[in-house]
Amino acid sequence: MTAVQRDPVLVARVMLTVAGLALLWPAIELAEFDPRQLFAAGNLQTMGRFLSTFFPMALGADFLGLVLRSTLETLALATAGTALAIVLALPLAMAVSESLSISRVGPARRVWVGRLLRAPLRALLIFMRSIPEIVWALLFVRAVGLGPAAGVLAIAINYAGMLGKVYFEIFEAGDTRPARAVLETGGGRVHAFFYGVLPVALPELVSYSVYRWECAIRASVVMGFVGAGGLGQQMELSMRMLEGGEVSTMLVAFFALVMLADALSALLRKALT
Amino acid sequence: MNLTLEALHLVLPGGHRALAGMLLDVSRGERIAVIGPSGAGKTSLLRVLGTALRPSSGKLAISGVDPWSLPAGALRHLRSRIGLIHQAPPLPPRQRLVTAVLAGRLGAWGFVKGLASLAYPADIDGARAALARLDLADRLFDRCDRLSGGQLQRVGVARVLYQKPDLLLADEPVSSLDPQLADQTVGELHREARARGVTLVASLHAVDLALKWFPRVVGLRDGAVAFDRPPVRVTDAMLRDLYATETPVIPVQGVEPLQRPEPGPRATRRGAPPLCR
Ligand SMILES: Nc1ncnc2c1ncn2[C@@H]1O[C@H](COP(=O)(O)OP(=O)(O)OP(=O)(O)O)[C@@H](O)[C@H]1O
Ligand SMILES: [Mg+2]
Repeated sequence: MTAVQRDPVLVARVMLTVAGLALLWPAIELAEFDPRQLFAAGNLQTMGRFLSTFFPMALGADFLGLVLRSTLETLALATAGTALAIVLALPLAMAVSESLSISRVGPARRVWVGRLLRAPLRALLIFMRSIPEIVWALLFVRAVGLGPAAGVLAIAINYAGMLGKVYFEIFEAGDTRPARAVLETGGGRVHAFFYGVLPVALPELVSYSVYRWECAIRASVVMGFVGAGGLGQQMELSMRMLEGGEVSTMLVAFFALVMLADALSALLRKALT
Repeated sequence: MNLTLEALHLVLPGGHRALAGMLLDVSRGERIAVIGPSGAGKTSLLRVLGTALRPSSGKLAISGVDPWSLPAGALRHLRSRIGLIHQAPPLPPRQRLVTAVLAGRLGAWGFVKGLASLAYPADIDGARAALARLDLADRLFDRCDRLSGGQLQRVGVARVLYQKPDLLLADEPVSSLDPQLADQTVGELHREARARGVTLVASLHAVDLALKWFPRVVGLRDGAVAFDRPPVRVTDAMLRDLYATETPVIPVQGVEPLQRPEPGPRATRRGAPPLCR
């Protein structure tokens, strides 16, 4: 008697898809993205010519030594920058975390005092991460001169902003009762952190920090282009002198570096779970 | 510590009135069992006594002072003298038992000793002794997530025993233990309270344990005291009334019929506390 039952959400789904495409299209237009351009005859030739300069790769002993030194420099830059960022981010995240707030137990009448104090710290975290690391790098290159020191500072500040926010979110997302129990037996904020929060959050903290370290390795190459040392700075020099062979060697070195970082972070994560 | 609650109300964030006009007077060294159906406000009462929740109105005095009028430092000191065994032990899964137990003294230890103990446990013998009282000494260096639910609950008890508080609060401390172990654990709490002359307030869902061990039993219902008297004067009718909506059966953990201790000197001396409401 009745017609075959249709899925009642069908219309809604079709409408949603159409609306999504309608919204995406102007964005693609705005970004001047046209895949056909990629395959136009002239463009393909230009790209091919650029890529052909990559071979043969530069494999001179002198140059390989330079690449090795730059690679180590990049690694050191990223590691030092991330370590500094962690040192900056942890206390900031602890300070803004509500699950470590003594006055929230109860809550006490003075609970608004804590809220008032945490607001500017949150703003500071936002400020540190909202300015891109490349801008920080440009700033510090002027302050401390060309070289990896500027990169370390740029990563430390920008990543501290990101790590601080994520740490704080990890603290709040986990089980907050252990920390609260410490506060309820008269322990302080720092005790609550080490006895209540850290054992809960440690695997996630390490996992995210290692991921950020990987990002820092990649970011340090981009920052190298504005003079903040490492592989990036050498790559920029070679590109400017149209030495495609050198660029390709350094790309291979960079690829190896990222692979190494990936393997290391997998290892660390496994050890912690 | 002696406790005084008068016309105490507690409204929880959702707007629910968990305690409605609580009236309770506890003198130093008393041992009290709190019983009542699920949602009666047992946990809320214990958290108020442990200064973890601030009453919305009414009078609360611990050792004669309102804890919420104290300056921050004094309140922390007071908290370090109150130990609460939680209904679900709040222990991080990756923490070792030794650390979890030692954490009980953080309030008393102070900043530096608390942190140093993370590098090397400050009082291994003390932690082992506390765990030994609950038959867990051999698991001292095990991780909390390697324990069963009942074992974890006993670690929670050991931590508060190690804390040596002047006010011992226990929220269903034996809910996931078998009858024999439950009896033994409540007995251990008793010995501790008695030996050191500290006040013990424990909520229990097993009425037989409450009647057997405690000289005074408080029945809680809808956030207020339904009865408050020595176990010999708690009648089956009162218990049926208390648990009326939940189930017609009085919850016990053992298999024997309800037993009350002989009316000894302790029970008669107090006489008949007035029936509240
Ligand atoms: N965090 C909370 N937010 C809002 N309401 C709550 C919260 N915790 C408990 N309640 C409510 O407060 C009332 C009393 O809860 P409480 O935990 O004190 O009961 P209880 O007697 O301990 O019960 P049980 O035997 O199940 O543990 C309940 O009705 C409950 O729904
Ligand atoms: Mg409860």
